[in-house]
Formats: sequence, C-alpha cells, structure tokens
Amino acid sequence: MHMADALVAPAVAGTMYLCSGAAAGYSIKKVRLENDAKKIPVMGVMGAFVFAAQMINFTIPGTGSSGHLCGGMMLSALLGPYAGFLTMIGVLLIQCLLFADGGILALGCNVWNMAFYGCFLGAMLIWKNMMKGGTSKARITAVSVLGCVVTLQLGAFSVVLETLASGITELPFVTFVSFMQPIHLAIGLVEGLITAAVLCFVYEARPELLWGISGTEKKEGRFSLRATVVILAAVTVLVGGGLSLAASSFPDGLEWSIEKVTGEPELEAGEGAYDAAAAVQEKTALLPDYAFQNSDSAAGTSFSGIAGALAVAAVCVGCCYLFKFFRKRNL
Amino acid sequence: MNKLENAVYEMNLLEEQAGGCGRLNSLPALFKVIITVWYILLTVSFHKYDIFGLLGMGIYPLVLFLIYEIPFRQCIKRIKIILPFLLLAGIANPLLDKNILGSLGNRQVSGGVVSMATLMLKGLFTVLAGYLLIVSTSIEKICGALRKFHMPSILVTMILLIYRYISLLLKETNRVMQAYALRAPGQKGVGFKAWGSLAGLLLLRSMDRAENVYESMCLRGFDGSRGNSFQYTAEQKAKPADYIWLLLWGTGLFSLRIVPLLTIVGSLLVKG
Repeated sequence: MHMADALVAPAVAGTMYLCSGAAAGYSIKKVRLENDAKKIPVMGVMGAFVFAAQMINFTIPGTGSSGHLCGGMMLSALLGPYAGFLTMIGVLLIQCLLFADGGILALGCNVWNMAFYGCFLGAMLIWKNMMKGGTSKARITAVSVLGCVVTLQLGAFSVVLETLASGITELPFVTFVSFMQPIHLAIGLVEGLITAAVLCFVYEARPELLWGISGTEKKEGRFSLRATVVILAAVTVLVGGGLSLAASSFPDGLEWSIEKVTGEPELEAGEGAYDAAAAVQEKTALLPDYAFQNSDSAAGTSFSGIAGALAVAAVCVGCCYLFKFFRKRNL
Repeated sequence: MNKLENAVYEMNLLEEQAGGCGRLNSLPALFKVIITVWYILLTVSFHKYDIFGLLGMGIYPLVLFLIYEIPFRQCIKRIKIILPFLLLAGIANPLLDKNILGSLGNRQVSGGVVSMATLMLKGLFTVLAGYLLIVSTSIEKICGALRKFHMPSILVTMILLIYRYISLLLKETNRVMQAYALRAPGQKGVGFKAWGSLAGLLLLRSMDRAENVYESMCLRGFDGSRGNSFQYTAEQKAKPADYIWLLLWGTGLFSLRIVPLLTIVGSLLVKG
C-alpha cells in the first residue's frame, strides 16, 4: 500500500503532510508528557523489529501463499498509540529512503494511510475499548483481526481518494474502490491472524508488555473461542443478510461503469455459447439474481446473501481440505 | 541470497557508497535534501499530458549520474520495484481516455497513452532523485539535516536508532529463519503453529535488547531531554561553491519546469 511520488499531486501531498504532521506533533507532545527516557530506545528497537519481522513469510494454511505482520496494530498494542505512531513514521521514512518503498513526497500520505489508522483508530477505538472488560487470548485475537481489517480498509480507501484527487488514474471511483477494498480485506484478515498469534504469545509470556491492559492477571473464559466463533458467525449473517438488502438495490462497480457507457446495466450478448451457458445457469441457479425464483421480496434477497456467504465458506473450507489431502498424498 | 540477506547487503552497500569521498558526498546534506525535495515537487507538478516538458526534468538525474560517476546498476532494482505499481495505476488510462492528442508517424496517440507514459516517467525520475540522495548521503547526515529543519529531536533520534538496529535485527531474524528452515526442510515460510512463538520470541529478545541499549546510552550521557544529548553527525560547514551549487540547481530546475526546453530545441532543429 506504499504510494509512490508519481501517484500524488503536490496539493494532495502537501495536505496529507499537514494532516500527518499534526498527528505527529500531538503524539510528540503526549510522549514528552510521559517523560520516560527509556521510551526512545525502545521505540527505535521496536521499529527495527517491525522492519525485520515484516520480511518473514508466514505460510497461510491451505493455500500456497504467505502473509506478513501488521506493523501499526502491533506497535500500538506494545507501545501505545502515540509512541507507536512515531515509530511507524520512522519505519516508513527508512523504507522510503533505503528501499524506495514509497516516495519522499508521498510520505505524508503513507503515514496517514498506514500509521494513523493503525495506531490511532486501531489502538484508541478498537484495542482500548475492547480490552476494558478484561483480557484473554480470544479477545486479543478478535481485536487484532478486527483492528487490522478495519484499519487496512480505511488505508486502502484513502489510497483511492488520494490517487483520484491527484488526477492520476482514469479509473472511475466505484471501479477503483471495488478493486482495492476486497484485496485489502483478505490481506487484513491474514495480517490480523499473524498479529494475533504474536500478541497472544506475548500475552502468555510477558503480559506486562502489552499496552492498555489493567494489571497482569489473566481473565480467561469471559470471551471464549466458542463465543468468538458465534459472534463472527452472527456478523457474517448480519453482513450477508442485512447489508445485502442495501447492496442489491444499487448496481455494482462494473454494472455502474457499463451503464454509464452504454446506457444499459448489462451488455447485450450474442447467441451460441452465451445462450447455452445461460440456459444451464437458469436451471441450476436456486436464487437467480440473489432472490428466490419468481419472487422480488426482500426476504428472498436477504436469504440469498446468507446462503451465498455459507456456500462460499463451505467451498473455501472444502477446497482447503482437498488441497491438503492431495498435498499429503503427493508427499 | 534470501530476502533478509539481500536487505542487509543492500544496506551495507548504500552505507559504503554514502560514506565515500566523492564531490556529491561532500556537499552539505541540507542542500541535497532541499534540491531533492524541490526536484520531486516540480516533477510531479507536470500536467498528465505534458510529456515533453517532463522529459526535460530528466536532465537533473542524467547530469548527476554522469558528472559524479554514480553506478546505475544498483538503481535498477529500485526502478523494478516501483514500475509495476505505476503500471497498475495507469493501465486503465489508454482504455478509458481515448481523446486523440496527436500522431506519431501514421499512428494516432491518445491522451490515455500519453498520461500513462507521463506517470511512468514521473515515477522513474522521482526514484532516481531519491536514489541520488541516499547514495551520496548517510542516514546520520540526513538526520542532521532534518534537525536543521527543526524536526523534533525525539523523532530524529528514533529514526537513527531504527536505522542502527535494522541491520542487527535483520541478521538475527535471518539466523532464526535459518534455524527454522533446518528443522522444517522443504517448507516455504513459517508454519501456522509457529507463527506466534517464532516472531514472539524475536520480539521479546528485541525488547530485552532495548533495555540494554537504553542502559548503554545512559552510561554515555543520554538523558532523553529535549536538548541535543544525542550526537547525530559532525557539523558540515557549507563552502561558497556549495551555495552556488544550491542556487544553480534551484533556479535551473525551476527554469526547466516553466520553459519547454525540449520543444524549443526541437523546433530550432526542425527549422534549421
């Protein structure tokens, strides 16, 4: 998500420098108020740790790909939002200078997109509030995943806004957003799980190192794994069922783009292979266009969302097990 | 060479080059930072269709690479990192912007093609400018220049500490990864069951190291106060020739931004 200099206009870069500079100024004031001389070396070494740890490839089970650690959430969970934010600025500056990962002019944008959301929103709104009722491994996992997903989504959305405001790409807003957000949703989930694994280990070994946790005693059982799974399932039903009502009434990015160009939401297709495929789909689809056949009711749309989520989850789990099964046989 | 070893190698190489005694290296870091930022600012301010104006900005990296005999090979890696991202951002331009701007021989050139080429050129020039800065200036000198810009000492000290400990932790991470690879032959990356313990142990060791670093710094007179209890770099005094360098490049780059030099030269040649 590191933005290069070529992707930002001077006005956008200047504005983002001002925003990030204000956040940095406030953080410096807060860190100075703490008056803890030890904090600066700790911030330095932790910044170097994040830099090194982001080069470790963590294998994602059931797939051939790998993920990395989420620096913003990790640093704010260990150092707090202000020191974590300043450390992320240092990491981003060094990445930009030494490895051309992000531009010098775009540094303000990169700090905002990757450090501000992760450290301020992730720590202040998500970590701090959810840790108030006690700490457990399940709670740390839930907070890490939620924090990484939310902050990465906001960061990706900011990249879209900054690039479009700079007039760099001809891509329409909806198409650009629909390209960026899902990719970063998947990345956020994986980064969240890796961050959770590391933070859970720290919680087990040295709980006093975690920021915003009252005392060092463990309060297991208040937020068990089963409860987490139930909550995640409920969220899936809510998102799949509730939000699909709103989503289905608007065209998606591609439909919107086609409608803008041709005046029709869908392209006219030719005969032959298309007709044959459409006939097969008509017969096999239980819920054509996300509703019961011959029904336009809201319940039908809602049920389609839930069924879709369950089906996709089942296919994913099935594919993963199949992949593992064949891989074991090959070995 | 794996990713971690490669990062350590690149850092060492850059440090070695930045510590050299070339003419560009001896210029005050403050002046080089000002000119680099000025150049990047002017380069990205070109309109998306002004490709000939933008091409004129290529003079700065070209002159610096040739005059100061800076090796270009190392820079190719940086260009390779950045170009795919720019290509991704600009790939839709030729498809969506079909406004015809001119022709090249028999072929018509659309606005989308020009804006995509401009985007790639901007990326190339800005990366080259950043490389020229870092290859001729050590991080300590850049930190010293940042302090002269009144960047808070807490931030500058931390940046310098991160830089100092990166190579140390990269080497340590590499050792941990090698040990893991020897115990898990044929496995690509770190397995799910070791996610927490591998990175977590590295983190706890880093925290302990931070304690030792703090104690060592205290012994050397660091008190964390607002004053400069941390030495960034030796003071660099600017000579008259350095001021001339700053002035010439400052005004020269601005002239390249407002005067379409390539178009003028081209029209002279065509007329001639």
